[in-house]
Amino acid sequence: MQKESLKQQLQNLSSQISAMHLDHLERKWITISLLVIGFFVGIMTIDAFFHGINPPGKVETVDSASLHLSKEFAEENLGVQVDDQGNITVRMVAGRYSFFPKHISVPAETRLTFRWVSMDVLHGVHIPMTNMSTMIVPGYVAEITTTFPKPGEYPMLCNEYCGLGHNHMWSNISVIAKENWTTPAKLVSKGGPSHE
Amino acid sequence: MNDASERKLILSHFWVAFIAFVVACFMGEYQVLERSGFIAAWDSPSVYFASVSTHGVLMAFVLTTFFIMGFGYAIAASSLKQPLWNKPLAWLGFWMALIGVVLAAIPLLSGKASVLYTFYPPIVAHAAFYIGATLLVVGSWFWCVIMLVMFKQWKQANPGETMPLAMFATAMNALLWLWTSAGVAVEVLFQLIPLSLGWIDTIDPGLARTLFAWTLHPIVYFWLIPAYIAFYVFVPKQAGGYLFSDEMARLAFIVLAVFALPIGFHHLYMDPEQAKGWKFLHAIGTFVVALPTLVTGFTVIASLEIAGRLRGGKGMLGWVVCLPWTNTMVLAVILSLLMLIFGGFGGIVNASYAMNAMVHNTAWVPGHFHLIFAGTTVIMYLAIAYYVWPILVRKPLFSQPLAIVQLWTWFLGMTILTTPWHVLGLLGQPRRISTVVYNNLLTLAWKPYEFMMIFGGLILLGSAVLFIYILAKTQLSASAETVSVTIEFAEPLHAVESLPLWLNDFKLWNKVIAVLMAISFGYPILQFFFMDTSGSSPWGY
Repeated sequence: MQKESLKQQLQNLSSQISAMHLDHLERKWITISLLVIGFFVGIMTIDAFFHGINPPGKVETVDSASLHLSKEFAEENLGVQVDDQGNITVRMVAGRYSFFPKHISVPAETRLTFRWVSMDVLHGVHIPMTNMSTMIVPGYVAEITTTFPKPGEYPMLCNEYCGLGHNHMWSNISVIAKENWTTPAKLVSKGGPSHE
Repeated sequence: MNDASERKLILSHFWVAFIAFVVACFMGEYQVLERSGFIAAWDSPSVYFASVSTHGVLMAFVLTTFFIMGFGYAIAASSLKQPLWNKPLAWLGFWMALIGVVLAAIPLLSGKASVLYTFYPPIVAHAAFYIGATLLVVGSWFWCVIMLVMFKQWKQANPGETMPLAMFATAMNALLWLWTSAGVAVEVLFQLIPLSLGWIDTIDPGLARTLFAWTLHPIVYFWLIPAYIAFYVFVPKQAGGYLFSDEMARLAFIVLAVFALPIGFHHLYMDPEQAKGWKFLHAIGTFVVALPTLVTGFTVIASLEIAGRLRGGKGMLGWVVCLPWTNTMVLAVILSLLMLIFGGFGGIVNASYAMNAMVHNTAWVPGHFHLIFAGTTVIMYLAIAYYVWPILVRKPLFSQPLAIVQLWTWFLGMTILTTPWHVLGLLGQPRRISTVVYNNLLTLAWKPYEFMMIFGGLILLGSAVLFIYILAKTQLSASAETVSVTIEFAEPLHAVESLPLWLNDFKLWNKVIAVLMAISFGYPILQFFFMDTSGSSPWGY
């Protein structure tokens, strides 16, 4: 009974739609528009589900007020680390007005997992010409995995307003040819060179 | 609009909007100058960020809200051909919003609210800033109530009749704004005001950003809909033709309002506090909302073609030449559509989920929204002002040729401003820096583009001043002839005989919106109450 009325409603709706003045050109244009939109959504879907190209989205919390007491983001654990399987993780802290450690070196053409946290306010980080971009929201770990194809010196810029000194919040990252890169020794992050 | 008190109400709204507009244009030019670093003595982050915050609030909240309210009253009174309902309530809304603006302006101008117009907790501004912004929004809610009551009253008085398209879209916009403003209202009332007054100790920036994203996308459609209303109900008539399809226009407004709401996460693509699945869902919705704009482009261009051919245009493009290019409304829509094509292209790039990483928070983004808002949308606000000013002040427009010059310079200035802005973004320049201090080779490539932006901004500033001059001269001139014209609405090519209820009413759509919002924001908001989160203490800047 309910099915019947739904069917009737749908028939009603379709007859109402067909009663509208819909020019044949209009019909064509709407079809083209839907195809174009479908095409874009299709590319996005294939990239997301088959190539794993996604924005950061690992909802992981952290206490930004006590990072120095935490195991993972204590000062001696920051920077580039390689685990037993050879996976490279880069742990970075953003705070007004710098990224810590101030300088890091990573290999090109290698999968890198960045884990960013803020110790105060909202920050963002972008390495221009690459897709290493994420917001760093206090209270959350921003995790992003990427690969840098080309060796070179890249600036690492804060791209979210974080206070009157925001302009000065930047540091450098050296992307080194894979064969020339060596695993950093422990405690490499201490006393890195200043950029200025 | 034969009633002098109604005209005064509408003019008051428009003047607040346009004074905010011209003041903000001066700030804009200062900002491109300061940012370029050409005048070393001007270099001051504290002045710059106070200026950017004020510029954003004036353009995005004051110009838009007051213009939309004034325009809504004009549409309701003229399209329904009945006096405005409850004028005292309308004035109460006006004064509440204006007091809110003044209250917010004090901390903004004294550098106590340099949090930009998108707020950015856990950085906290003076409480007066948030309270002022709240009063502005609450004032606009009175306008929403008046629009929806007039919509309902007219339907009751004219059962079975077709609601005039202009009023249908205006009331839809009022409904859209009530839904839209709910997100930021919750953020301000339950997070920012208590935090700025010290009633609470910490804030969850993740929740605050999610609530702001609720508002952040549909608010741009709230601003855009008056421009689209002009596209549909003024342009065909001014061009000398007919509206291609009335029903399709309604459908476009409905899809616009319904799908503008549940897609705000494209502002959070790069945020860590929301999962990628939700972002993907919102990304699809963002592409769906391109559809009504594509349909609008078709209908408007088809209507213009009808007009061009009626005026003797022949051949494939001959009708373009025959359009009345010296009519302010027609010229504005042509320039507006040109900017919409490029701005829309940029929008598709921004919307493209993971690709957004390349442009997120770079100079590309303000380049995009200046093109699509200050260009596409505001040029229609200007054209609407030229159209209704003689009706409101009952005097002829001071100078038609000057108005045409003004519209062309606005287009030209916007093109020169936003093209290098986009390029700077692709070259990696962050959007919210007050000057470039990076000691890096990359930044050398930025200089010529910053210089071009100063030039574009200067043209825009001159154009804005000319606009105010034309309006003031029109109103203050001692013209002997009294103009007594009324607003004329375009006739559709095919008269609408009967409309299905769902194209003439919002009841169904309100429910659809509620369901979509529950799906797309329900869990993403609730998660903050289940997760083990640590709040952030407030910070100065």
